[in-house]
Amino acid sequence: MASNQKKVTPQQKSYQHLQQKHEIKRPILKNCIKAFFVGGIICVVGQAITYFYIYFFNFTEQSAGNPTVATMVFLSMLLTGFGVYDRIGQFAGAGSAVPVTGFGNAVISACIEHRTEGFVLGVGGNIFKLAGSVILFGVFSAFVVALIKTLLTMWGVI
Amino acid sequence: MLKGHQSWVFHNRPMITATGVTGGPFEANGKLANDFDLLYEDLWMGQESYEKAHRILLEEAIKITLKKANLHKEKVQFLFAGDLINQITPSSFAARTMQIPYFGLFGACSTSMEGLALASFVVNYQGAKYVITGASSHNAAVEKQFRYPTEYGGQKPPTAQWTVTGAGTALLQPNEPGMNHPVTTAATIGKVIDMGLSDPFNMGGAMAPAAADTIMAHFRDLELDPSYYDLIVTGDLGRIGHDTAFELLNKSGLKLERKQFQDCGLLIYKSNQPVQSGASGAGCSATVLYGHLLNELKKGKYKRILVVATGALLSPLSFQQNETIPCIAHAVAIEMNEK
Repeated sequence: MASNQKKVTPQQKSYQHLQQKHEIKRPILKNCIKAFFVGGIICVVGQAITYFYIYFFNFTEQSAGNPTVATMVFLSMLLTGFGVYDRIGQFAGAGSAVPVTGFGNAVISACIEHRTEGFVLGVGGNIFKLAGSVILFGVFSAFVVALIKTLLTMWGVI
Repeated sequence: MLKGHQSWVFHNRPMITATGVTGGPFEANGKLANDFDLLYEDLWMGQESYEKAHRILLEEAIKITLKKANLHKEKVQFLFAGDLINQITPSSFAARTMQIPYFGLFGACSTSMEGLALASFVVNYQGAKYVITGASSHNAAVEKQFRYPTEYGGQKPPTAQWTVTGAGTALLQPNEPGMNHPVTTAATIGKVIDMGLSDPFNMGGAMAPAAADTIMAHFRDLELDPSYYDLIVTGDLGRIGHDTAFELLNKSGLKLERKQFQDCGLLIYKSNQPVQSGASGAGCSATVLYGHLLNELKKGKYKRILVVATGALLSPLSFQQNETIPCIAHAVAIEMNEK
């Protein structure tokens, strides 16, 4: 990928052009299909866990969400610890990164990585290194959406 | 002696009398496993951190070099070494263990040839009787610093490369006629070249112009024909960078044959290993040269080789700040001693 820098000399431009010929492109269609199926399988597992909580415990369809997420995150953390999740990730791409399991993987992989620097500065300081921006922008966008909904309800639009 | 604009000719032909090459489990499954002196089953190498394991790789390589040469470490005047970790701590800490007067080098993945060129220069002008030079990298320690945590499930693009876990070191000493060892005959020091590429997952593409520039400078300075070398081998350009450099060289009028132009990053692993575009890392050219290529020279498969190690001089910070990737390449010519 060439840079978006403003000042690109003609020499750089012609080189970037030449280089692009040799660059192996990401197989986008193949990646999308793989992501669709792996992401789908993860969701099927999640659905099964939801039903499990509804049928075997006292959960409703609404309240089964939280324990399901917790279980999925736990499973992905376990797979990360056994060194499997990064291999799934290389195959599935967004399919294993977008579901909540990807979040679990981002948290625990940073945690494992920085264990050598101790619990406080290592694990504590780095556990949200990758997932921190997901939390920040996730919470912020949820706030904005909730604000819009509140205003629309107040004005009687919905 | 300086020749041309940026090259040295070593008229006294320093000899590489011994080498030590260590590697990790992934290299043990690779194509060149037999050319390693010591292969670890485990990435941890019995240490509690990957950074310490990185240091052990280099320490063991130096110890093996000394053992092969039957030399005590106190006899060695200087150590030229470097790696990719912040403040090159694995090399400096190994130098602490070895107690050999030390020059710490940073040239990213070009460090191996930067060290060999400087060591050859020092030995050529009687600056030392024995010099050890080497470079190393550790996959997990380097990935941790430059990319994501090792267990993070991000998808790497097909342009990405795999950092070699390994260290390669060599002992240089003044030439003694008749001894059957490889000798260094010339070196070309590269300049930093930035073609405006900024994708840290496509280092090969960024480094190719630096490799091409140094190779052209070498032939220009030494007034040689491209057919002079049986093999011109780049450090870690990988598939994309190597193809690009080949095209750049041919376009500039330096006609090389495809078979004559290879890449350490494409030699070290088997095609079924999941390394995307090939290998990279400071240990890549060091292990392939000091292990495989010198063995091939000794067997007589090659007469003269030119090793061009390439380095991407970026930091994790510089690419986050949207800086482009400046790159460098250094070349050293090696052949067998005259009998």
